[in-house]
Amino acid sequence: MQFFSGSSAVDISPSPAAPPGTATGLSGNNANMLYIFNRSGVCLLYREWHRPLRTLDASQDQKLMFGLLFSLRSFTAKMDPTSVDKGNLGVPLLPGQGCSFYSFRTNTYKLSFMESPSGIKLILITHPKTSDHQESLKHIYNLYVEYVVKNPLYVPGTPIKSELFNTNLDQYVKTLI
Amino acid sequence: MAAIYSLFIINKSGGLIFYKDYGSAGRMDTNDSLRLASLWHSMHAISQQLSPTTGCAGIELLQAHTFDLHCFQSLTGTKFFVVCEPGTLHMEALLKVIYELYTDYVLKNPFYEMEMPIRCELFDLNLSQEQKPNP
Repeated sequence: MQFFSGSSAVDISPSPAAPPGTATGLSGNNANMLYIFNRSGVCLLYREWHRPLRTLDASQDQKLMFGLLFSLRSFTAKMDPTSVDKGNLGVPLLPGQGCSFYSFRTNTYKLSFMESPSGIKLILITHPKTSDHQESLKHIYNLYVEYVVKNPLYVPGTPIKSELFNTNLDQYVKTLI
Repeated sequence: MAAIYSLFIINKSGGLIFYKDYGSAGRMDTNDSLRLASLWHSMHAISQQLSPTTGCAGIELLQAHTFDLHCFQSLTGTKFFVVCEPGTLHMEALLKVIYELYTDYVLKNPFYEMEMPIRCELFDLNLSQEQKPNP
């Protein structure tokens, strides 16, 4: 039983098949970094593939990223032009509450964001010209469920040290376009 | 231009100098629009810090589930952003047009003080005319 049953092409076990829209070997290596946060803001995983510029040390960088997501979430919830009752700015939002964003783009990178109902946040940073990554993030979430959550030795809320997860993630991320 | 919900102009220190609503649900009061503007200013700055490569100029497009936000920053640091329906096209061009109107009718107005809220009749007039020809 998978959480995101909507994406039919996502099939885990034992070797996951890539969802549609991800060609293999076309022009891969577009991913820069991936962050996984739990709902209390602990960085469970930080993985980078291509990052020439580092302005801060790792823990400060992760805090800044979580802060950015938190504020952008309250920004979009307040900005939402389609809902009448938007609540107050800056009040912490539950996962799925209010209008959320799924991606933003600058001239040098594109950030894709997904939050699961349990508050796990996945952040993927890629080349700005890449396509929509909502399905890719669901696939990565499924990898996380398969190789991290189902691992009996994994203590929830601690950094992910699963070799199997990392290799599968690296393999999958190479195919992103 | 029916698909546009609102337009914001922020000065280089994050203060809201112009805000126009084109029919978003639930009125936003003045304090909220000021807060959103300064929040956007800081989000824009933080996004440059987190860039994996050099030369990042901040968020250009934010895609939320119910709207898209397109942002344009001028060389002097004034930010223009429109909130529109998801998938609306040609917003970059529209922002450039608004920027031109700003330079023509706000900056060239001898009574306008820099970084202060925009109260220029000609700007408002031309802005509303800009919206009419487009379907």
